[in-house]
Amino acid sequence: MNYSKEVLKHFSKPHNYGKIDNYDGLGRVGNMACGDEMFVYIKVKDNIIKDIKFETFGCVAAIATSSVLTDLAKKKTIEDALKITRQDVVDALETLPPIKIHCSVLAIDALSEAVYNYYTKNKLPISKELEEKHNQIIKRESCHL
Amino acid sequence: MIYFDYAATTPVDKRVIKSMIPFLNEKFGNPSSMHSFSSDTKKALEKSRSIIAKAIKANPEEIVFTSSATESNNMALKGIAFAKKSGHILVSSIEHDCVLNAAKWLGKNGFEVEFLPVDKYGIVDPKEVEKRIKKNTILVSVMHVNNEVGTIQPIEAIGKICKKNNIYFHSDAAQSFSKTPINITNIDLLTISSQKIYGPKGAAALFIKDGVKIEPLLHGGGQERGLRSSTENVPAIVGFAKATEIAISTMDKEQERLTKLRDKIIEKLTKEVPNCYLNGHKTKRISNNINVRFSHIEGEAILFMLNSYGIAVSTASACSSPKLEPSHVLSAMGLKQEEAHGSIRISLGRMTKESEVNYLLKVLPEVVKKLRDISPHK
Ligand SMILES: Cc1ncc(COP(=O)(O)O)c(C=O)c1O
Ligand code: FES
Repeated sequence: MNYSKEVLKHFSKPHNYGKIDNYDGLGRVGNMACGDEMFVYIKVKDNIIKDIKFETFGCVAAIATSSVLTDLAKKKTIEDALKITRQDVVDALETLPPIKIHCSVLAIDALSEAVYNYYTKNKLPISKELEEKHNQIIKRESCHL
Repeated sequence: MIYFDYAATTPVDKRVIKSMIPFLNEKFGNPSSMHSFSSDTKKALEKSRSIIAKAIKANPEEIVFTSSATESNNMALKGIAFAKKSGHILVSSIEHDCVLNAAKWLGKNGFEVEFLPVDKYGIVDPKEVEKRIKKNTILVSVMHVNNEVGTIQPIEAIGKICKKNNIYFHSDAAQSFSKTPINITNIDLLTISSQKIYGPKGAAALFIKDGVKIEPLLHGGGQERGLRSSTENVPAIVGFAKATEIAISTMDKEQERLTKLRDKIIEKLTKEVPNCYLNGHKTKRISNNINVRFSHIEGEAILFMLNSYGIAVSTASACSSPKLEPSHVLSAMGLKQEEAHGSIRISLGRMTKESEVNYLLKVLPEVVKKLRDISPHK
């Protein structure tokens, strides 16, 4: 696998990994393509992602995208964090081998699920978009091992 | 960097390089020519054939030189199939892709192809072969030693069954030749290769027992008794023969040395690293192969992190495969995808030193711990 310098940098020294014990939201997603898993924990205050951590069971790209996603989302408002795209993640890593693009989707899905979980737990209104995304992810996970 | 991927390929032995040089310089003649430029190369070619034949106790006329194990395996399967024109072929489910894909291709082109199961150690039960033999079975192909998990197959027993039933038996010995003895009594076709035994790439052979009828894949000038046309790659073949000589003469000692190192690694990892398991059989295993799995982490990640510590291993995890599919070998052994996921292969070789093994045993548990710290499951 030909990984960029930035991917290898994040992989060998990932940022923000581990658990947040008293998290406000937790997103857990699985990757049906190859059987990997990612958890994203968020701590929210005044609608801002104050802290974010991840745990990933997956390849080099999965770990590097998790790391870079937490960097991108940290200190953003929830709305802005949800706007992070797959391309933003790939760009932050310089580039990803085409076969590894699905790993970056995993990271974005995990974040969106963490927000969904936070909204649900706090009985906050959920946008149609987020609801749809949640349903899509759940459906995908059902084909996951 | 420390190399632990000798099952993928080996560096060329210095003595082998030296033996090849004249044939890249002044001894360049085409062995088929009539003038004196060809006499040296012709002689070297036939001497190489004798050396390799002797190594497996075959006759020189039973050795056909090819370019690779892939070619030898394709020649064995397709060559027999084309000679027989139709029929049923039995192939183990843990063969190298070149055997599997050649078999699948034959399956799409009018032949009946069936895959043999393996047990949890990756071993083919000869009874399973016997059970599946039909009136129209023309060929059985079971590798001698598996390239991923290193298990040694009962090829003598399978060969006996084939002989009794008058069926050709082919075995791919790319991973075992010159590393462990091979008895060809009941074998009709055997694949051996240079690049796995400290010889150059571009040379391999197919042993074809006297009397076995096979169609060539390459038609042309009629070299190799018409079975494999194209000007012989004399420098590589000379190197292949030299590599064979060296490996055969040191086989017993080397096997003993590597078995000790292999067992030290297996023992230490499976005893001292939590949730680490051996893939394959503990003793029915080639001396240079270790394949272990670690729960809750992924093979490509292990490989890259080891690489950053200067250690080169290999993995067949789904994430590392071009189609994101888990290894067909581990799947055939009944491993679940999540179990296969954290598997790596460590393969030893002639240059492996005890100090390298010690370094691996120090670094690998740290790498596993680091990746488990990142994983949601510990
Ligand atoms: C058992 C076995 N068969 C066949 C091959 C194919 O060898 P090559 O790529 O040199 O043709 C290999 C090498 O990986 C192998 O291990
Ligand atoms: S997590 Fe499997 S390919 Fe990236």
